[in-house]
Formats: sequence, structure tokens, C-alpha cells
Amino acid sequence: MSSSDSGSDEAMTDAQQQKGFVSALEMPDVPSQKLQPHLELRRTRVLCNADAPDNTDTIQYSGAYASMGVDNSLRLDQFANNFRVEVKRLTEDEMEFDMVGIDPAIANAFRRILLAELPTMAIEKVLIANNTSVIQDEVLSHRLGLIPIKVDPRLFDYLSENDKPSEKNTIVFKLHVKCGKKGPRMTVTSDELKWLPSGSELLKASEDSNSSSRAETYTSFTCSQDSLPEFSSNPITVYPDIIVAKLGPGQEIELEAHAVKGVGKTHAKWSPVATCWYRMLPEVVLTQQIEGKTAEVLKKKCPVGVFDIEDLGDGRTRATVAKPRACTLCRECIRDGEEWEKRISLRRVKDHFIFTIESTGALPPEVLFTEAVKILEDKCERVISDLS
Amino acid sequence: MEHTSFGDQRNATFSLTEEDHTLANALRFTLNQDPRALFCGYSIPHPSEARVNVRVQTTGEPAREVLKDACQDLMLMCQTVRSTFDKAVADFKKNP
Repeated sequence: MSSSDSGSDEAMTDAQQQKGFVSALEMPDVPSQKLQPHLELRRTRVLCNADAPDNTDTIQYSGAYASMGVDNSLRLDQFANNFRVEVKRLTEDEMEFDMVGIDPAIANAFRRILLAELPTMAIEKVLIANNTSVIQDEVLSHRLGLIPIKVDPRLFDYLSENDKPSEKNTIVFKLHVKCGKKGPRMTVTSDELKWLPSGSELLKASEDSNSSSRAETYTSFTCSQDSLPEFSSNPITVYPDIIVAKLGPGQEIELEAHAVKGVGKTHAKWSPVATCWYRMLPEVVLTQQIEGKTAEVLKKKCPVGVFDIEDLGDGRTRATVAKPRACTLCRECIRDGEEWEKRISLRRVKDHFIFTIESTGALPPEVLFTEAVKILEDKCERVISDLS
Repeated sequence: MEHTSFGDQRNATFSLTEEDHTLANALRFTLNQDPRALFCGYSIPHPSEARVNVRVQTTGEPAREVLKDACQDLMLMCQTVRSTFDKAVADFKKNP
């Protein structure tokens, strides 16, 4: 973004120093390129004091430290060098990773996109043929809508208002359960939803009863979905074991559910994550040496076991910070009077995010994150093309 | 998208439709990091309307160009994030 001549400056000073010159930039009263420690602390850390967190904002303005000769502007090469990702945990539907060297504005954009702007498939229309259960049609439909569907949404198109439901934009499920006249009550779970690859089986009521044309259904599939290569070997299923309804003896539910593509900002059922959040890395600093009895007290104070006790050898012990990452910043350790506040400093690293993604099962969490980044790129591209 | 400037290219408000804090706050960050931007900020005029206004005032260059560069920077940052992330995941899958 801004040009930097520091490279050539250094080369010059090297040459000049060899000749016995001192560059003006090297003179003691010329501001150095580094911030003073107390300012650097305020720039990079949130201070979690006993009464309230302090210094919570990020300093974004490029000229914020201009008077001290420090450039606060963003250089992409610098960003690329400092940016770091470290995966901590990765399973089929959950991941935790550290993202270091990025501003909260951008980390938060990723989080918001994951929650609200990544598309998935969810049941949007329910055609109820029969429902004699105690659960009302609209409540049942709402429950069906929230069931996660295990299918890659990138294989489908959005269904717009003028579109006919086709194999490219709709997934049809059938649910037909009946509880025996005699016997116990029955629990209907989401496994009972059966995929209909050839589309709807319910016939539209036609006004013209003796029409010779083929009876129309609620979808117009040109081919069966299981003949498509992407679904031929992996049929579309939903998340199993979710209780949908309970049926008493003789009660019956017969319905057809149509799933379409959508995004979380329209309705939370389209959100691809159960949740997605980040927290800044906690930093616990012992500003004084804490020894003996006090160390024992400190270790007991912490409910998550951040502190440990180290044997110094000559019969003395001192407190150490063993697991700072576990700190929830409950501030219990600095609660008992001012002397404790002086002993311990609780901080948060402003550009270190512990990011957690819990997927609902449509896509694995690592794919969700890369898709979210792509969406932010697309947004920028749209603005650029609109401005050009 | 509108571009309202009163005869002065340096100062402009851009009205982005179908956008919200997600893009506007990220853009405000990249704009703030650009030394050519004298002022930048954004507002959402009404919560029930999907629109965000981004105000840019520059030291001399047309505001439009500075905003375009900010988008470009954000895009490049996203690409860096994506490649670094993919590499980290691949490394983790190889030796967890």
C-alpha cells in the first residue's frame, strides 16, 4: 500500500558506516521504527483489569503513530509474512484453529459469513397429505426445516420465484409413518425421511378431470437425481436420530418435504454451522515472584487450573503460569484486594484468534472456512467491478 | 451502487446494496490502513434496508480509486488467508 525505502536506507547506512559516517536516521534523538514498550503493550493487548477491561479497541489508522516515526499502515508482504494458522483440533464436524496476525474486523467478517451467508440445503416446503398426530402441521413443518441435510450445497442452484422445482434446485423427501392401533406410542425420528430421487410423488389436483395429459406432480424433474454422477454412489441423507414427532395408537403422518438452497440470513435453518466463534488468546503474566503460601492460595483461586507450583529446590516454591490458554478471564485471581491486582496481569492478545467451527454436517468445517473466505473475496470483486 | 460527490472527486459516499457490517467493517479497516485516506467510516442508514454507506475522504486521489484499492487489498489478504489455512489443514491431516 505505501512504499517503503527502508531496504535501501539500510544498505546506505552500512556503506556510510564503513566510511565513518553516521546516518541522520541513526542519531539518538531521531525516532526509532519501534514503538515504546508501554505503547506497544496498548497496541497489542487488551488489559483485563479487576473493574473492567481496558484498551479494547484496535488502532487501525495508518498515521496513528506518525509523530513517533512509526508507520502503522498495512503492507501486504508484511501481512503475508506474519500471518499464521495453526490447526489444533479437526474432526468430521468440528475444528479449532489459531489465526494469528489478522485484525478483528476481518476475523469477524469470516465469522459472520460462516453464520449467515454460506448456503446450505434445508426443507422449505412441506406438503402434508395426512397428519392425525397431536403436533400441528406448522410446528411439524418448522421442526422438519431445522433438520440438517447431508449434501454438498454447491451441487445445487437457488430456486428463484419463477423457477420450476427441478432436479437442479430441489431435494424431495417422503415421510410416511403410522402407529399401530394397539401397542405403545411411537417416536418418529429424522431417519424416517426417505429421499425421492425422482421428485414429488403427490399429484396436483387438476381442474379438468378428464384431461388426457399426464397428471402433474409438484416438481418437474427431467431426470432422476440418483442417475447424476455426484449422487449415484452416495444417496442424500439427513442427520439421523432427531425426534420429529410422537404418535399415539392409530395416528399417522404422511407428507412430502421439499428442500431448497438458501442462506442463514434468511432463516437460521440454512446456517451451515451449529455455531462458530472466536476468542482472543488469553495471556497471564506474573508481575511479581509469588512464593510459598501465596502461591498455594493462587493455585487454589483459579477454577480452571491456569497456575501451577514449581519447586525452586532450596525448600522454596513459586507459582508459574502453566496453562494460560485455559484462562476464561473470570478475574477470580485478582479479586481479593489490590495486592493481587499488582501480582498478576491478565491480558488478551489482540491479533491472535482461537477460532472454533462446529459444522452441522453438510460440509466439513475446513471446507466451510475456505468457502467463507471465498465469499468475502467475491464481495470485494463485486464492489470493484461496480466501481470500474 | 451510487457515487455521490459534489464536484470533488476526493470526497465521496458509496452506497453498497445487499451489504452489511461484514464487508463494510472489513473495508473500513483496509481503508484506515491506507495513508491516502484522510477519513473513512460507514453507517447503516436503516436496519430494515440492506444497504450500507461508506464515506471516503482522501488526501488527493479520487475516493473511488482508494476504495477500489482497499477492496483489492482485502481480496489479496483473503487469498493469503486461504492459502495459509489450506496449507495448515493439509499439514495437520498429514501428521495430527
